[in-house]
Amino acid sequence: MNSQRPVNLDLRSIKLPITAYTSILHRISGVILFFGIAIMLYGLDLSLSSAEGFAQVQQCMSHPLVKFIVWGLLSALLYHLVAGIRHLVMDLGVGETLEGGKLGSKLVLVISVVLILLAGLWIW
Amino acid sequence: MVTNVTNFSRSGLYDWMAQRVSAVVLAAYFLFLIGFLIAHPGLSFADWSALFQQNWMRIFTLLALLSGSVHAWVGMWTITTDYLTPMALGKWATGVRFLVQAFCGMLMFVLFVWGVQILWGI
Repeated sequence: MNSQRPVNLDLRSIKLPITAYTSILHRISGVILFFGIAIMLYGLDLSLSSAEGFAQVQQCMSHPLVKFIVWGLLSALLYHLVAGIRHLVMDLGVGETLEGGKLGSKLVLVISVVLILLAGLWIW
Repeated sequence: MVTNVTNFSRSGLYDWMAQRVSAVVLAAYFLFLIGFLIAHPGLSFADWSALFQQNWMRIFTLLALLSGSVHAWVGMWTITTDYLTPMALGKWATGVRFLVQAFCGMLMFVLFVWGVQILWGI
């Protein structure tokens, strides 16, 4: 390969298709979840340690910042789940065309936004 | 060229399958957990603790932790091999990528052991 070829990876000057946005969001949500496991395990550890620990977690959950973090994690989980299910559907050969891919991406965005809003209502 | 000695199973096809199988386990686990929390709005410590004292729940949680480890490794491997490349980082790319992957593996191992301690420390 000729290494002198011009390369443009400046994301600000590239117009990405909708499928690229759902793909990168899938990756970002995955990284958030990977580091979020520590927070989830901390909550699980404390909530199962004793009745006092459980009450402490409940008390933490009434704090707006904690609610926001939990909502963020839940949002990452819900988006990753919906986008992941789309991958499994595509593995079955459904929605693999260009048009199908665009429609699938739109569905992922719409369904996950609805679920994320419902999760917000649930937490607050 | 990116060497593939660090991927999960030495084979892209097995990695693909491991990612899917672990994904289904994780989906089932989190849907169950969210469903349980929605079904028990005024959850007490006794109910919560009783759930995790059930042997099937401990096995299910351990399976989810194991699936999470596999899933996170395949996912983080894919991301690091895509972005931490010589084109992005120059000649140190392989070393940086290896260290980041080693960090991810170590972190996942620590989280896994912590999870086991939580489950059997009740």
